[in-house]
Amino acid sequence: MCTMLGCRSRICLDSDMAKDADISGDLQDAVVRALQAGESLRICGSGSKGFLLSSNNGGETSVSSRLLSVHEHAGILSYRPEELVITARAGTRLSDIEQVLARHYQRLPFEPPRIKGAGTLGGAVASGLAGPGRPWSGSVRDSVLGVEMLNGLGERLIFGGQVMKNVAGYDVSRLQVGAFGTLGVLLSVSVRVLPVPPTERTVVQAVGPAEALARCRTWARSAYPISATAYLDGLLRVRLAGAEAAVSDATQALGGDPRDESIFWRQLRDHDLDFFQQEQPVWRCALPPAASAPLQDCLIVWGGGLRWWRTSLDPLEVRKTVGEQQGSAQIFDGGFGRCRLAGVGSAQATYQQRIREAFDPHGLFNPELTRRRAD
Amino acid sequence: MNHPDVLERLRSVLGRGLITDPKALKPYETDGITAIREVPWLVALPDSEAQIEAVLAVCREHGVPVVARGAGTGLSGGARPVADGLVLGLSRLNQILEIDLENAVARVQPGVRNLAITEAAAAHGLYYAPDPSSQIACSIGGNVAENSGGVHCLKYGLTVHNVLGVKLLCIDGQVLQLGGKLMDSPGYDLLALTMGSEGMLGIVTEVTVKLLPTPPCKRVVLAAFSEIAGAADAVGAIIAEGLIPAGLEMMDGLAIQAAEDFVHAGYPTDAAAILICELDGVAAEVESDLALVSRILKAQGAFNIRVATTVEEQERLWLGRKAAFPAVGRISPDYYCMDGTIPRAKLAEVLASIGQLSEQYGLAVANVFHAGDGNLHPLILYDSNQAGQLAGAEEMGGRILELCVAAGGTVTGEHGVGVEKLDQMCVQFGSAELEQMHRLKAAFDPQGLLNPGKAVPTLTRCSELGGMHVHNARLPFPNLPRF
Ligand SMILES: Cc1cc2nc3c(=O)[nH]c(=O)nc-3n(C[C@H](O)[C@H](O)[C@H](O)COP(=O)(O)OP(=O)(O)OC[C@H]3O[C@@H](n4cnc5c(N)ncnc54)[C@H](O)[C@@H]3O)c2cc1C
Repeated sequence: MCTMLGCRSRICLDSDMAKDADISGDLQDAVVRALQAGESLRICGSGSKGFLLSSNNGGETSVSSRLLSVHEHAGILSYRPEELVITARAGTRLSDIEQVLARHYQRLPFEPPRIKGAGTLGGAVASGLAGPGRPWSGSVRDSVLGVEMLNGLGERLIFGGQVMKNVAGYDVSRLQVGAFGTLGVLLSVSVRVLPVPPTERTVVQAVGPAEALARCRTWARSAYPISATAYLDGLLRVRLAGAEAAVSDATQALGGDPRDESIFWRQLRDHDLDFFQQEQPVWRCALPPAASAPLQDCLIVWGGGLRWWRTSLDPLEVRKTVGEQQGSAQIFDGGFGRCRLAGVGSAQATYQQRIREAFDPHGLFNPELTRRRAD
Repeated sequence: MNHPDVLERLRSVLGRGLITDPKALKPYETDGITAIREVPWLVALPDSEAQIEAVLAVCREHGVPVVARGAGTGLSGGARPVADGLVLGLSRLNQILEIDLENAVARVQPGVRNLAITEAAAAHGLYYAPDPSSQIACSIGGNVAENSGGVHCLKYGLTVHNVLGVKLLCIDGQVLQLGGKLMDSPGYDLLALTMGSEGMLGIVTEVTVKLLPTPPCKRVVLAAFSEIAGAADAVGAIIAEGLIPAGLEMMDGLAIQAAEDFVHAGYPTDAAAILICELDGVAAEVESDLALVSRILKAQGAFNIRVATTVEEQERLWLGRKAAFPAVGRISPDYYCMDGTIPRAKLAEVLASIGQLSEQYGLAVANVFHAGDGNLHPLILYDSNQAGQLAGAEEMGGRILELCVAAGGTVTGEHGVGVEKLDQMCVQFGSAELEQMHRLKAAFDPQGLLNPGKAVPTLTRCSELGGMHVHNARLPFPNLPRF
């Protein structure tokens, strides 16, 4: 067990993990109790992304918030490979899900990060971070089909379902993606899965960042079976995936040095490359893929659409550079969750506040993430 | 409400873009589902964003309900007017603002037709993937509001997967710029929330869509089965094999015959069901997938497998499918199109149950649908001039949707709830979910001016309906809206 220490203090290791269990009744009770006592709750899965939530690096989060740990609420509820859908309790470890999927040659399309190896389905959905394949196999919300959740009134609600096409009512399921739990506690999630491509190979090309972007742009307009791109330190890696013949043809056509780079892609997905382990702050910048800046000191993925920028520049400078390119930037460390939710214009901020009140009128869930900044 | 004042202010904003003449209002009384009608008080046809904003301001100040309308091809009564309200027709905002090749996106006004985007992008080797069968007519704003699909959404996704940005004008006059040319934005995912919101949360005034490279190679295969169940099971078998075809469509005997008589697509009229499967991508991939699909189809008992050898033949195979609705329209005075989605594994079972309902109600059903997605479109054939047939068709339609919910599916895959499926929403959702949706709506539109009475039923309606279900009674006046 690893529940009581707080999301930031400890990462749940494999051996810590609870077995399949339905603790939704306890979770619901805890929400109702908090509601009655006027307390707030800090929702936590395995704790792997706790660092995204805390307000700054060393400091603890709000002391008055009680911890609501979902990680014991685990287990796969249904999986039918021919339906391309899996439903699992929110506390289910991503690694458990992927293991089961792999037996049927399937995978999670959005490649969620395993920070320090851990991560739950609920956490992946709540934080909404997609991996290197995002432009080709979709974002986290693209894959979400349905959720079961507790709102801030302690009601247990079901939205969406297990089918690909569903426009019955508002898409409340996808609204949960990236909301960092501020609209409710996810109990279970149904996600779309995809077949594992029969062949995967990476070609590596030595180029500068501008040329790397130019190539990505050309490829976005042609039909190569690309499944990810990453530029770092003078090397452009292009992951090709599909039928053997198609991948071979593309390897030839693109040129460069074909290799097995699966470790690189995994480290990229899990933010485990050396790039992320430096002293300087790293900014996560989403941009139109062709944006001409930032280029230097960047790890450039998503065909140019996402750039991790390691820089000591003043935050105002960073935001200005990215904003001029019609992009958005958040620093990727403690406080990311709050910056992510707050990094919107004033009209959207107003509506977010109203939506938050529609789901959680008493501000029960993760209040430190929606508090307006004092500065 | 001060009518003369409203009219005067709207006229000064819109000039000839304001319609008040009863004859001219008539075409706006219904959308694609013509059994549901209501003449609006006014129709506004703005030709700029500024005009839309001004119209909304007048409506807000005077409490006039606003029903957005794209091309009016919707199949759930979503754009059906309200009697004392204004229809906000967006067809004049039909400009493609930008085709940005560098970022492979198009920025368009809401009234742009779906197909027009692909036509504008085609010269650059790009296209917009979602392709509803109504794509020559329907608008991108309507597509966003319904989260529309098409025959290729198995592989390429729905509108939600292909739209990167939306400008949403809220009833209080604030503008939300959601997303843009980028793939990830901070804040709550209001872009996803806008998809399928049926004009209830705001007016879509601009859309940025993703453009994809036109696949260099495409193959279309038709497989004929002597039993519906065989075709249904083949669908699951193809997907279980790890293939995601670009399209995988099914038609049953009645639909095959109707389409064949209408467009002579060369369909085998002795088949109980056909599957049309399209594979696309790079040549090497398509050829290896084609071999695999053909093997699976054979193993599943297809008695005739035909691979189109020319582009013309491919088009002909698709023509029959795309013309299937009008083809059915030729053999029956009226038809009622349903839109439930079910898990693929339940296809055979649910189609058999639909067959039983068809016998029970004495109304024929043609099935032509997106099998790969499990998205059924049973067309119930009826004659509105025969007493009781419309009521029978509507009741039977409701039963079909309830079958879909019971099979683990949903009452609408792509056509939306509108006014048509309000009752079935009561079957699919509990009161807590419905109340949550009402609170969400109120967060955007506290006065309830945007498309009132659509998409989410009131709890009163559901409880009254619940009572009726228990008594197993036929609904009185089933074609009247019940709020
Ligand atoms: C023959 C035929 C075939 C069809 N095939 C398909 C198919 O394959 N797949 C599919 O998904 N659908 C299909 N449809 C249904 C229909 O075409 C789609 O739902 C389409 O997206 C509706 O677009 P529209 O512009 O006609 O919208 P309308 O019917 O005018 O409006 C639909 C809804 O959108 C709202 N709305 C429209 N514009 C805006 C806006 N700018 N801002 C906010 N709200 C707005 C309206 O209020 C209404 O609720 C078909 C319809 C027909 C008649």
